[in-house]
Amino acid sequence: MSTDRIEKGILLHAPLERVWQAISDSAQFGHWFGISFDGPFKPGTRVGGKISMTKVDPEIAKLQQPHLGKPVDFWVERVDPMRSISFRWHPYAVSPDADYSKEPTTLIEFTLQAIGNDTQLTITESGFDRIPLERRADAMKANEGGWSHQVKLIEKYLAMPRPS
Amino acid sequence: MTDAAPAFAALGDPTRLTLVMRLSHEGPLSISRLTDRARITRQAVTKHLRILEQARLVSSERAGRERLWQLRQNRLKDVRGYLDQISGQWDAALERLRVMVETGE
Repeated sequence: MSTDRIEKGILLHAPLERVWQAISDSAQFGHWFGISFDGPFKPGTRVGGKISMTKVDPEIAKLQQPHLGKPVDFWVERVDPMRSISFRWHPYAVSPDADYSKEPTTLIEFTLQAIGNDTQLTITESGFDRIPLERRADAMKANEGGWSHQVKLIEKYLAMPRPS
Repeated sequence: MTDAAPAFAALGDPTRLTLVMRLSHEGPLSISRLTDRARITRQAVTKHLRILEQARLVSSERAGRERLWQLRQNRLKDVRGYLDQISGQWDAALERLRVMVETGE
């Protein structure tokens, strides 16, 4: 198992243009991710934001409550319209007293591919091996319990009837 | 999982990581076996094992004239839990994205 990298794939029953908007428009990105950004995603710029409550899911919104209003920075690396967008950030930078500014960032890349009327989205986050070990341990402490909530949430979602 | 920090610190050393990898692949080993391929002295290996022991990543027990060192698998799982956790966050975020793009919420 790689300790440096996470890769996620999901097939979304939505056209490529729709998914592209959802990941490249900072307001839409913030809507599902749970951040309200100060500005648009422009390559080579830093976009500040604050943790907000996701509007999509009330249960997750409750979990985000303690982190509400905490500042988050995204550095926009590359924007390749309708194909890919990448960012850098400090993963799990939620500890109120810690100064993350000198620490290494991880790279998040979103890649899209149209499959008929659906869209395959791949997300990779890499660079965890450079994150200080004590920070990784902090993240685990800060999020104890969060993971089991999420598992429950996904189970609930999977049990829901789906449009074919 | 609340006391994972010492485990992370203990693993942040190439020699100790190597020892953990060997115990993971080869099962319980004696100090002599662990020293064989470590290119460091028996004393140094012992020191590293003590640090891993304090972090509760390894334990030892007497077997005849020797002492065998073995991994405490549950602790190692905690350490792996970090990436699982971030991975789980992405799963949850992606489900929210799915709801948004598929239902137009």
